[in-house]
Amino acid sequence: MTDISTTSRRSFMKLAATAGGGLMLGFSWTSTLASTAMEVLTDTQLASGNINFNSYLSISPDNIITILSPNPELGQNIKTSFPMIVAEELDADWTKVKVVQAALDTNKFERQVTGGSGAVPHSWERLRKAGATARHMLMEAAAKRWKVSVDTVSTENGMVLHKASNRKLSYGELATEASKVAVPTEVKLKDQKDFKLIGKAIRNVDNYEMITGKPLYGLDVYKEGMLYAVIQRPKAFGMKLKSVDAAAAKAVPGVVDVVTFKNNVAVVGTSTWQVNKARKALKVEYEAEGTLESSADHDRIFKELLAGKEATERRKDGDVDTAFKNAAKVITAEYQCPFLSHSPMEPMNFFADVRPDGVELIGPIQTPERARGDVAKLLNIAPEKITLELTRLGGGFGRRLYGDYVLEAAELSSIIKKPIKLIWTREDDMTGGTYRPAVRYRFEAALDKKGNMIGYKLRGAGINSGNPTREDNFPSGAVENLLIESVEHKSPITTGAWRAPITNFLAFAEQAFLDEVAQAAKKDPIQFRLELLDKAKTAPVGAIKYDLDRMKGVITLAAEKANWGKKKGVSQGFSVYFSHRSYVAQVADVVMKDGKPTIDRIHAAVDCGIVVNLSGAYQQVRGGVIDGLGHAMYSNLTFKAGAAEQSNFNNYRLIRMKEVPEVDVHFINNGIDPTGLGEPALPPTGGAVANALFKATGKRLRNQPFINQPELKNV
Amino acid sequence: MAKYKLQINGRAYEADVEPDTPLLWVLRDNLGLVGTKYGCGIAQCGACTVHVNGNPMRSCVYPVSAAANATITTIEGLETNGKLHAVQQAWDKVDVAQCGYCQAGQIMTATAFLSKNPNPTEAEIETAMNGNICRCGTYHRIREAVALAATKLN
Repeated sequence: MTDISTTSRRSFMKLAATAGGGLMLGFSWTSTLASTAMEVLTDTQLASGNINFNSYLSISPDNIITILSPNPELGQNIKTSFPMIVAEELDADWTKVKVVQAALDTNKFERQVTGGSGAVPHSWERLRKAGATARHMLMEAAAKRWKVSVDTVSTENGMVLHKASNRKLSYGELATEASKVAVPTEVKLKDQKDFKLIGKAIRNVDNYEMITGKPLYGLDVYKEGMLYAVIQRPKAFGMKLKSVDAAAAKAVPGVVDVVTFKNNVAVVGTSTWQVNKARKALKVEYEAEGTLESSADHDRIFKELLAGKEATERRKDGDVDTAFKNAAKVITAEYQCPFLSHSPMEPMNFFADVRPDGVELIGPIQTPERARGDVAKLLNIAPEKITLELTRLGGGFGRRLYGDYVLEAAELSSIIKKPIKLIWTREDDMTGGTYRPAVRYRFEAALDKKGNMIGYKLRGAGINSGNPTREDNFPSGAVENLLIESVEHKSPITTGAWRAPITNFLAFAEQAFLDEVAQAAKKDPIQFRLELLDKAKTAPVGAIKYDLDRMKGVITLAAEKANWGKKKGVSQGFSVYFSHRSYVAQVADVVMKDGKPTIDRIHAAVDCGIVVNLSGAYQQVRGGVIDGLGHAMYSNLTFKAGAAEQSNFNNYRLIRMKEVPEVDVHFINNGIDPTGLGEPALPPTGGAVANALFKATGKRLRNQPFINQPELKNV
Repeated sequence: MAKYKLQINGRAYEADVEPDTPLLWVLRDNLGLVGTKYGCGIAQCGACTVHVNGNPMRSCVYPVSAAANATITTIEGLETNGKLHAVQQAWDKVDVAQCGYCQAGQIMTATAFLSKNPNPTEAEIETAMNGNICRCGTYHRIREAVALAATKLN
């Protein structure tokens, strides 16, 4: 058993009785509002006037355990895995647990954010404590009723047991009494070997609603008197609104109003179809207010930035100039990726009702607190007057970190003084910005006569990319002389975080480049990396911000599971990456089918510490691999005169079922506290695939999407 | 505007809409059947798939005027007498969904496919399901669930 420190137990845990009796505990864990149609209980019903809680676990006398889930759920499966952690320590009967999506409430919850694969590592211990505390209070209540020592009672599957006298009581029967027990200042957490839920494959708590088509998503929100709205925005980045003629649009049946604000022309009406039709009847003129950039401009800009003298130094170890001067061999290569759209299947949308007495917001957002704050500023009202209810998110991939569409909805509702649901069409979504930035890297490696990498240089150039390097990641720490720099071009094209920001492409470029270096050093690619890790371990250079042994662990496991280098007729490529606190190594198997190289299988070895939900975790890794593969292979967003040239799935390609190889997932079982999985499986995939295709074809793929590269033609 | 009588999930509905309104938006905005999803609006992603006279149909490009005399089934109508369709059961058992947004369309495509080909090969499943995009990448589980449902339907 693990002892838990007593500090701040009181501040972190509060207790109250529910209106109808029963135990309720608050604990620090994020929450969001009940989705419009699915939830039975709401925060207010649970809170019974006491608003000082952080989050809630309640047990009703009829033995239903309700666990509030505070974080936005977008497919990362947090709505299932968080309650599992609470239920584990509570020793709850999982079949009697009801999960309720909570609303934004900064008084109750911390970090109500989905992003950075951060929720599980942030909340792991506090969720366990919440469950364990309630369990202890239930045991106390039972011991008191039975007049026995609390040390002689135990729990199992939602019951408190006194084995000596063969007595048992359900949590529901004990809930009211337990609510009167003092909150313990110390609780013991389970030993991992006693876990009954954690590590099991538990099905998604929203399965029934999803497979029967119940309203769950922002786009499904409907409120009495609500109007539908679409917005015509400038057709290119770098343009602004000049004039609007809305006469024809206003004449379309069902249109209630056409409103202009900022650079937006909003059409509001009684149905989605009619407002979209009216939008097509708008006559809008725009004028340039900035440069209207094209992809050809970016290609030129990249070359200038990589050749230029100006760059920001991100890390410098040793003396690279001397190392490269003395090198027996120097390898140089450049890698480039395009802009990408996030394209979650549910396009952007939000419901807003701005009334004199307050503001009601409902919809899909990864950062509800920031969105509410921004709306408060925009409308010049106190955040406390704004409620924000979270729906399930139909995907996010980083796009819904940005609340631009929430602000649009709120501003529009405040202007027309009616509740509205703003809908972005797929075309709005794909042409509307916040893209994964386009980036080009130049790598240089210096080898000595023995094939040791004695020098390493990376310069990253990006369009609105911020720093497109991760200067403290591998191979930093393993190379004596190292220089990492970045340089950025500021553009009117808007960019943002895209699943595994920066590393979604950097990992590919780096891992493909290291494959080139290993080849030049005449070393096995895995052996080459292991040697670097050994060097970092025995003679580290500068700060090392990743765990060498954990990285080595996934490398070894991937090699073993993929039968590395021992398969006849299979060309294998290797890649490993550390991101968002987790370690993932991958081996791609390429075979020749009908004379063409085909990706047959990808083996993934993952160290995310303890696996909370095996079903969710397995799929999270598989989905990440498919995401990484699909975008490396197919997806491409280009610009002409400031406008995106792709607008929908007919000209922007996403991976489909037939293009997906088998994906095997292997988890390291090391008992370390869990880290996130929403992102870490994606970054290594492109590198493993490119390196395997190189083995099969002898051609290096350095630019994405691969499908457009001449190296893949005629093979 | 014109009034259309529609037969959906064994019930009669009426909608007063423009004749060119896609069935998708009639279902969602007029009838409150929001299980059918909007994904692309141009019949590329399959999120809006419904059955029209038993055939899979992209409701985002299917005008209501064409649906007037048809028998329509949406995701809300797959359950019979409170029992989930074998395909829905398989989706739960295999735990297919991540974000879940595309899954209604996937299920409608799969049910229509299995009603015509109850004993498919893996390649046939992939061909049938290839028109439906899942951005989360649940393709392996979709394939597995379709295969599992086929064994239950036989």
